[in-house]
Amino acid sequence: MPHITLPPNVPGIRSLFVFRPDTGGALCDLAQTLLYNPHPTLSAGERETIAAYVSNLNTCKYCTNSHAAIARHQLGEQAGIVKQVLADPETAPVSDKLKALLKIAARVQSGGKNVTEDDVALARAEGATDIEIHDTVLIAAAFCMYNRYVDGLATWQPEDGELYDKMGELRAREGYHNSSSTQLIT
Amino acid sequence: MPHIELEAHLPGITGLLEYRKDTGEPIRVLTQIILRGPSTLTEAERELLATVVSHGNECRFCTTAHAATVDLLLGESETSERVKADIATAPVSEKMKALLTIAALTGKSGRLVTPEVIAKAKAEGATDLEIHDTVLIAALFSLYNRYVDGMATAMPEDNSYFNVLADRLVNHGYSRLPQGYDHLKKQNAKP
Repeated sequence: MPHITLPPNVPGIRSLFVFRPDTGGALCDLAQTLLYNPHPTLSAGERETIAAYVSNLNTCKYCTNSHAAIARHQLGEQAGIVKQVLADPETAPVSDKLKALLKIAARVQSGGKNVTEDDVALARAEGATDIEIHDTVLIAAAFCMYNRYVDGLATWQPEDGELYDKMGELRAREGYHNSSSTQLIT
Repeated sequence: MPHIELEAHLPGITGLLEYRKDTGEPIRVLTQIILRGPSTLTEAERELLATVVSHGNECRFCTTAHAATVDLLLGESETSERVKADIATAPVSEKMKALLTIAALTGKSGRLVTPEVIAKAKAEGATDLEIHDTVLIAALFSLYNRYVDGMATAMPEDNSYFNVLADRLVNHGYSRLPQGYDHLKKQNAKP
């Protein structure tokens, strides 16, 4: 049961956006810019994979399932990598650059000071640019926020895998400003 | 030294928010709403929540900046010092102690916020909105602390930087300065 009175039948962070729309708007804007909008850096699928990976490290079920589903829909034929990255990035069939960035993301999740110069040097050696390193750190930091917001208020997190898949399809297609995911529940 | 090249006259978070302004903007907007918008919690109380989370995450830049802001708002430094040292004996209301506890737990993990600590806050008069805002402030500073330290941003060369920063956060807030931050180049320059 959520710690505060939230709208019924609205899952996870969406229930918090209904509870407080003004902060919800800014949180959506950040997700849209950081994860969805075209950007001369990592693909949307790669960025969503980092979001799902960090959410899984934070054991936030709602965010992990949601962003894993969005990542699968963004990645298309390569959707299979998401599950493998969540299990173990080292053995997942992704580029060495993405592996190095996922390692940085995991360091950020455990504490910002844990990112070492060696971690950054490895990512650079694999071809990561400044902006890719920046975005990886910010995505990981942002999901340490989103995960805490969702779990800290004990929001409703459905078990239904099909529901997350539908939400993933919607977000991959339309981005974060479409709020009709609430209708998928009822 | 920062992990990527940032403007040298902008230590801590400001260099990052200026490095990528399109992601900086929604972070600034969120912070302005939650720390400066209308609320039944005072600005000093909300800054104390930011301080306790940053302190728990051992983020020196954020802890110093927000403690300085609390101190400027309250006109004393005892409250921020004692909240950092021990919430239970700090000179704040019982409601604030309960909210500070929720913030400190959220800073570690959202899953640590139990029905018991929530019940305690409600028993001390905290509203749903105050509990919501407390968790969101703690979550937001979990982002800031990791962003600032994860990029290895610089601390200011001179501690007086934090007085200037606190003054800006009290009198201007978290929105980007319309003229940008180039004027700080002169302030930071060695005489």
